[in-house]
Amino acid sequence: MKKTIGRKGFIFLCVAPAVILFLVFMVLPTLNVFRMSLYQRGAYSPTETFVGLSNFTQLFQDAQFVRSMQNTILLVVVVTIITFAFALVFAGILTREKIKGQNFFRIVFYIPNILSIVVISGIFSAIYKPENGMLNSIIGLFRDMTDPILWKGERLVMVSIVIAMVWQAIGYYMVMYMASMSAVPGSIYESADLDGAGRMRQFFQITIPLIWTNIRTTLTFFIISTINMAFLFVKAMTSGGPNGASEVVLGYAE
Amino acid sequence: MKKLLSIALALVLALSLCSPAMAAETIQVAAIETAYGSEIWTKVAEAFTAQTGIAVDLITDKNLEDVIGPAMQGGEFPDVIHLATGRPAGLTEQFIKDNNMAEITDVLSMTVPGEDKLVSEKIAGGFTDTSLTNPYNDGKTYMAPMFYSPCGLFYNAGLFEEKGWTVPATWDEMWALGETAKAEGIYLFTYPTAGYFDAFLYALMYSVGGTEFFEAATHYEEGIWDTEEAKTCFEIIGKLASYTNPITPAQANNQDFTQNQQLVLDNKALFMPNGTWIVGEMAEAPRAEGFKWGMTALPAVEEGGAGYSYTWFEQAWIPAGAVNQDAAKQFIAFLYSDVACEIFASAGAIQPVLGIADKLEGDNVMFYSIYDHGAKAAMGNFAAFNAIPGIELSPVFFEPVNSLVAGELTVEQWLENIKAASDQMRANLK
Repeated sequence: MKKTIGRKGFIFLCVAPAVILFLVFMVLPTLNVFRMSLYQRGAYSPTETFVGLSNFTQLFQDAQFVRSMQNTILLVVVVTIITFAFALVFAGILTREKIKGQNFFRIVFYIPNILSIVVISGIFSAIYKPENGMLNSIIGLFRDMTDPILWKGERLVMVSIVIAMVWQAIGYYMVMYMASMSAVPGSIYESADLDGAGRMRQFFQITIPLIWTNIRTTLTFFIISTINMAFLFVKAMTSGGPNGASEVVLGYAE
Repeated sequence: MKKLLSIALALVLALSLCSPAMAAETIQVAAIETAYGSEIWTKVAEAFTAQTGIAVDLITDKNLEDVIGPAMQGGEFPDVIHLATGRPAGLTEQFIKDNNMAEITDVLSMTVPGEDKLVSEKIAGGFTDTSLTNPYNDGKTYMAPMFYSPCGLFYNAGLFEEKGWTVPATWDEMWALGETAKAEGIYLFTYPTAGYFDAFLYALMYSVGGTEFFEAATHYEEGIWDTEEAKTCFEIIGKLASYTNPITPAQANNQDFTQNQQLVLDNKALFMPNGTWIVGEMAEAPRAEGFKWGMTALPAVEEGGAGYSYTWFEQAWIPAGAVNQDAAKQFIAFLYSDVACEIFASAGAIQPVLGIADKLEGDNVMFYSIYDHGAKAAMGNFAAFNAIPGIELSPVFFEPVNSLVAGELTVEQWLENIKAASDQMRANLK
């Protein structure tokens, strides 16, 4: 009897530090966030008044919040789809095909990932410059540029951010897909070749099903990272402007 | 004997522990680093310590809000904060809304440390009468006026000489010039960011309807946005938007705004609203041949009317939660001493004190003499209101100008939005 208590006590003592830390640093703050959302208070003021759910009703009535929510969802969906498609295709080409300068392309695609978001935003801001930016200069070869395309203007600003985000993200996901693609045994492709399956068919019926678990994992990554990245890109490229057209949820509070 | 000795030693030990706190008072001063640099603050802090013996723990940073914000959320406040209203983070506004500032009316009747004059005798007239220093309009001062700068329309004086154009004195002349310039491929107007429209709109409201209209509008009086004056104001803004270089909104953000300022240097736009700091800010930028800075007040609405130039100034204040408030007040008083004013002026930061004109140099002589040449001074800002979730001044009154220029919003739609927001602001006035 005594022995079992001692054993339980020992287990209790072993688990206690982790449980206490978890409660103090995870559970309590989470509950506190919900408690705070029911109060009205300034960031630096010690006083607070209980307002129930009115913070939430006001939030959803605010057109600016709705707009930033829409922008965030748009970015999550569009950036995910485009990046996913490109990363998958490039990974397929770079692992399965024999092309010259394979390693060069691997490095080139991966480089954006080691650059800081601020640097990427700077690069794209320069590309998007209305008057002498790279993009408008190239388009200027084909059409009259007296009325330049405003890449960071109200209409196109979200498209411009999507392009920058896709460019940044492709390399990372490409490497992830390449890793799992190279684990697919070559013999399967050989027998498919013998059966007369073309490259496209091999890609869709062998490669994709066999790396499906990996794809599922990356989809989760996509959503988490796009929400964070969207804030960083918007903050560094447009500060949410012009007139709130590119605001995202994480930056809404400002 | 041994016991006595050990008690004595223990006492000495205990005393030595608290002695640093007793030796000299230390105040923490947090100041935003702007175009004037941070060195002026180090020098002023040293001069203050030399004068009063109070040590200064100085924090300066370009993103001051991010540096002092977290500690303040934890309840630790600097003793003096130099941070103006109108910043995107709106930290100062937050303190006003929360009634979280210490009253400093008594600083005005304090003697400037090291001098025999009162603070109120040194500060130039009008600077402590506006809602920028007395946010609650109750005659009590909460913020000390700092570094003032006349704001107006900046242009390339060299280009005007070359073309033989005269600077417009009325808006009608302005539109005529707009057409002339358009024929030469130059747009009439640009702006760095929509935030610069605060000074512009304030001065415009003064020149359209005088003090009376300005006071009524900035206190969100009922029906004020339906008056003739309000309509004239927004007609002018609407027309100006149609003369604005169309690439402006795409660059009107904190990252690219210098590109808009560059438009004036490159003769691609004639005027932009700005402050005297622009000269230092664009000092390194390439410019058109024969470029010379010029600055004018906002044109008058009618022939013979007065042009207005908004007087922009920054603010220093004491958080209500500051520990060393008396020493902090001395520090603020010291900011108006001759010593401090000279240190500030050396970097181009001009304190609003009487007789400062003698200390001006270079382009500043011309800029600061704008009021001697017929322009009237516009001061003040929109009245503070209790926090309304989702409603801030800038997205209501200034930001939409970007959409107006881009053609995504009409003046009528904008006015409707202003009316709706203005009603709520009035209901929550402090």
